[in-house]
Amino acid sequence: MFQIRIHGRGGQGVVTATEMLSIAAFEEGRHAQAFPSFGSERTGAPVVAFCRIADKEIRLREPIMEPDALIIQDPTLLHQVDVFAGLKPGGYILINTNKTFDQLGLGDYVRDWPAERLCTVAATEIAMKHVGRPVPNVPLLGGFAAISGIIKLESVIKAISEKFSGKVMDGNIAAATAAYQQVLREIEEARQSA
Amino acid sequence: MLKQMEGSRAVAEAVALCRPEVICAYPISPQTHIVEALGELVKEGALTPCEFINVESEFAAMSVAIGSSAAGARTYTATASQGLLFMAEAVYNASGLGLPIVMTVANRAIGAPINIWNDHSDALSQRDSGWIQLFAETNQEALDLHIQAFRLGEELSLPVMVCMDGFILTHAYERVDMPTQGQVDAYLPRFEPRQILDPTDPVSIGAMVGPEAFMEVRYLAHVKQMQALELIPKYAAEFKEVFGRNTGGLLHTYQAEDADTMIVAMGSVLGTIKDTVDELREAGHRVGVLGLTLFRPFPTAAVAAALAGAKRVVVVEKSLAVGLGGIVATNVRMALANSPAHVFTVVAGLGGRAITMKALRELFLKAEREELDALSFLDLNLELAGKGLELELVKRRSGPLAENLLRAAGPARNY
Repeated sequence: MFQIRIHGRGGQGVVTATEMLSIAAFEEGRHAQAFPSFGSERTGAPVVAFCRIADKEIRLREPIMEPDALIIQDPTLLHQVDVFAGLKPGGYILINTNKTFDQLGLGDYVRDWPAERLCTVAATEIAMKHVGRPVPNVPLLGGFAAISGIIKLESVIKAISEKFSGKVMDGNIAAATAAYQQVLREIEEARQSA
Repeated sequence: MLKQMEGSRAVAEAVALCRPEVICAYPISPQTHIVEALGELVKEGALTPCEFINVESEFAAMSVAIGSSAAGARTYTATASQGLLFMAEAVYNASGLGLPIVMTVANRAIGAPINIWNDHSDALSQRDSGWIQLFAETNQEALDLHIQAFRLGEELSLPVMVCMDGFILTHAYERVDMPTQGQVDAYLPRFEPRQILDPTDPVSIGAMVGPEAFMEVRYLAHVKQMQALELIPKYAAEFKEVFGRNTGGLLHTYQAEDADTMIVAMGSVLGTIKDTVDELREAGHRVGVLGLTLFRPFPTAAVAAALAGAKRVVVVEKSLAVGLGGIVATNVRMALANSPAHVFTVVAGLGGRAITMKALRELFLKAEREELDALSFLDLNLELAGKGLELELVKRRSGPLAENLLRAAGPARNY
């Protein structure tokens, strides 16, 4: 079973992101369970949502306390919330920022990490460019497909088509694809320099 | 057809396939997505003929449901928590009058302190209301049980509550097999009311009954509800024929055959319990599970039979009978009146406290060693509770308990 935790703020589409991730996994014939952590549904407040992906029925209903992957939609949460709580050593970390892990002050924390499992991508900028709104959730899913290989970009695109239509759908597909390609490039570079 | 969707949406679509003619509801978390989705289906014309009636409160919701059901319309509503309490008087009337309304309860704690998260306090507060009560373990089961609920309720002329864990199920996206209209039509016949307000054949419903017949009316309410114990397995078997799935029934067991320790629970926590039991089985522990699908009428004989081989029974319940202990456990104890098994009551998950595999593993091992108290509270923070008591000891005007504990607990982290 592969477990993903997404941290963000109310209004950034955190819950929608896990739902779409589960749809993408379902499209690949896998079992998936997405659920939010409830309580702070105010705009701007820290929000957490979870997604499990497996090849058999998922019965477990506890929150994800030891994720295999983290998506952080807002880097300002690093100073507010213990986003890394329980993250498996060497787990995937994808952060929405145009800074590097060193610039974020995370260099020490991830020193022993495989470089290709760490990535930052300016998803809000990508969303502004393609969708016209600062919603980083969908491009981050594209980025997640690239960094983890757990789901395919085509499945993310199918999930986008299920959730949105018209221009919003087109914009989000473009944003997810752009982030996917950027992350692929970044991890390729990381592999070569490692 | 297999779909990946939210539990609330799945239930709404299943209810729509049952062709309800009146839906009346007042929104309350975590039930809201269900009635929102149904409202959309009615407005789009996808669910027709059906009238969606906006009401001003839960009391009005159940009152409208009573009226429309008495007029012969297949009627559906949904609520949770304080909403269920607010409609309580009408809840008793619906069953007392014998009206086969189907209601989803998206289980949520009851205040004070106000809490939007999941436990079973709301539905269990209405356990003696005369409604049949079914509890779903998964979203698939939740949607299937709604289809069975209309069949069952209308045959017995009794209302049915389908309980599903708020947020944990209602807001979870998972895989469901959505039936076709043809399947549901084949399973669920047209509503033929046993009583109906019909101007061409007038009756009055809702007589005042004095001591000369009240006992008998109530006795028959009991007799009628007990008939569900026969019908539910029959309808579950027929359901399997049409839909190809094992859903419903009185209860189900897991890894129970040679189990010394049996865990009893209701609702979505059964999934986490089963995963925990699998782990313990691998380590050689003889642990099994009894999941109750039906809570009212209580399947006393079936519970006794399912637990007959157990040396000890651990009831993990998301409810607390203040001043007594367990609600589910008290019922299980009654079923085990003639059994030597030790019964342990474990109150867990109140107000959304996460029930983890780690905590369950420790709990079950402790039970196996017979080190468990008759009543315990899973993952209770005794230190925090103690701070509340301390404050009251040192200061007469110690202030509101809930606020004091919140301050002492510090910021929440729910993962």
